[in-house]
Amino acid sequence: MNNPGFDMATGFEKSPVYSLRRRKRERRNRIFRIVCLGSTMLGVFFLLTVMVAVLFRVIFPANDTRETMVSASQRLQQLADFFGRLLNNGPGIDPTEVGYKVGLAGTLWLLFFVVLLAVPVAVGAAVFLEEYCNDGKIRSIIQTNISNLAGVPSIVYGLLGLAIFQRGFGYSRLALGPCLLAGALTLSLLILPVILIATQEALRAIPKSMRYAALALGATRWQLIRDHLLPAAMPGILTGSILGISRAIGETAPLLMVGAAASLLKPPRGPFSRYTALPVEIYFNAKEPDPAYSTVAAGGILILLALLLCLNFSAITIRNRHRAKHSPKQARPANNI
Amino acid sequence: MSKRGNNPNLWKTPGKADRLSEWVVYIFLLLFTLITIVTTFGIVAVLSVETLHFFRVARTTPLEFLTNLKIQPEAEQPVFGILPLVWGTFVVTIGSCLIAVPIGLTSAIYLSEFARPGVRSFLKPMLELLAGVPTIVYGYLALLLVTPLLHWVMGLIGVKVEAYNAASAAVVVGIMIIPMVSSLSEDVIRAVPAGLREAGYSLGATQFEVITRIVLPAGLSGIMASVILAFSRAIGETMAVVLAAGQLPQISGNIFGSVQTMTAYIVAVTGGDAPTGSAEHLSLYAVGLVLFLITLALNLASGWILSRFREEYA
Repeated sequence: MNNPGFDMATGFEKSPVYSLRRRKRERRNRIFRIVCLGSTMLGVFFLLTVMVAVLFRVIFPANDTRETMVSASQRLQQLADFFGRLLNNGPGIDPTEVGYKVGLAGTLWLLFFVVLLAVPVAVGAAVFLEEYCNDGKIRSIIQTNISNLAGVPSIVYGLLGLAIFQRGFGYSRLALGPCLLAGALTLSLLILPVILIATQEALRAIPKSMRYAALALGATRWQLIRDHLLPAAMPGILTGSILGISRAIGETAPLLMVGAAASLLKPPRGPFSRYTALPVEIYFNAKEPDPAYSTVAAGGILILLALLLCLNFSAITIRNRHRAKHSPKQARPANNI
Repeated sequence: MSKRGNNPNLWKTPGKADRLSEWVVYIFLLLFTLITIVTTFGIVAVLSVETLHFFRVARTTPLEFLTNLKIQPEAEQPVFGILPLVWGTFVVTIGSCLIAVPIGLTSAIYLSEFARPGVRSFLKPMLELLAGVPTIVYGYLALLLVTPLLHWVMGLIGVKVEAYNAASAAVVVGIMIIPMVSSLSEDVIRAVPAGLREAGYSLGATQFEVITRIVLPAGLSGIMASVILAFSRAIGETMAVVLAAGQLPQISGNIFGSVQTMTAYIVAVTGGDAPTGSAEHLSLYAVGLVLFLITLALNLASGWILSRFREEYA
């Protein structure tokens, strides 16, 4: 048919690129650029919307009776009371009295165990894959497996935790029951691939010459890893770990599966006691139709986001300090041998 | 540094103890690596064993499970058909991709082609933060903001929006997966060789023409891979959907009505009081298996497309 890109007379392709309607084409270019910029800004706008909406709900609670106008300082005092209450109180029936003390304690406990379990295993596995595993075929199978694990929905990990950790695959002696450790193990498996992949990338970025130098001086493989590779990869490992932990803190669905309680009166005392977590409590508050609970949920979300922010800031600080401490030394010749 | 330099142990040849510790370390690291494989086997084993168990207890067949149009686990004559859940999942997922793909792709183009390095290094982390916000927050946002907003906007043209609806779930999930599309697509767009672009510019093409006629076609497979990955992520999304879309399993064309996704069904059954070992409780695993297989297939497809793209250009 009539193809506009093809000149029938000459038989050459007549791409529209060659047409010289410069002004029109440049106008189109400008519009496109603005559209692209606009959609990037839209993404940033969504981020701000999330923050502002939650903040707005905390500052202007749904159950606020507008008859009593309060001054700004009184309002600030009320907000301080509100957060004090959220941090100090446990669950209850009255939405103006409930708090996240138990959930926050549960989240911190979970955090502790997840760090203890997931980080060593993930770093160890990454070291094995990068430094010990020579067989390309086996390695690529494991690698594919890991990247698939990273894409498994978190709720499927919840099912795994439910069947294995909580129920012991049907053997009651192996079953942990709905306890903190079951939740921590499930979350650890969930974030294992995140930390592992980050560690692998950090190890890969270390130049081969460092390995050759250490081995040439007679270091054993483990000495090389312990004294040289792990310290050099530390910023990457830390960043990956904190990314993984941030993911674990916000996860709700797998914890619902492995028995996080809807409301619990006392914080957990050890790995085998019953538990709940901050996002789980937020979920149950957000589900309540009573608007007073909506404000409580918003407060919980702010606490959660503050926790995440602290973690990420510490990651950045640790990484920067480590970089400042370690990078200049590499260039300086050793003068003490 | 000086301490280590004078360390006499450094000059010792490795003895028996060292060889033993080398061995122990090797075994431990191997075990750690095996955990990742055991996890995969664990997932597959748990899901398939319990799914078989489910078919026995519920006296149903895989064919019925996959083709029944109703899911009523609590009825006197329980019916288990996954189609309403699959329908709910796909309504939310496709809706979210309709939001995330255009925004994510144009942002990727802006960040890689138009933005100056300083602007880029500021905007890119901002977009990626969207993926770092816990999903429960998006669920809350849907209830707090998106649903009332939809209610108001649709009220203007006389469409009724229910308190729990698929559209608001799709909006928040779409926002959540924007960075999935934008980050991966940006990597792909950057990997398109500069020579291709330069050839375009030297022929007098504008940036728009270079991007739409050279860069995007060259990166098409990689962009497809990023979209598939985002799609798979949206399918597995749980908390935002549970809070926003509700728990009503139905096949209907009304996107402003409630739907139940596969993930929401799993949460609903866990939160309910179905006794362990009952057909309703075991149906968790059957639904989980379908969810796992769908996301696995999508992830594998995405990885395969990406690796082919890398072979071609990177």
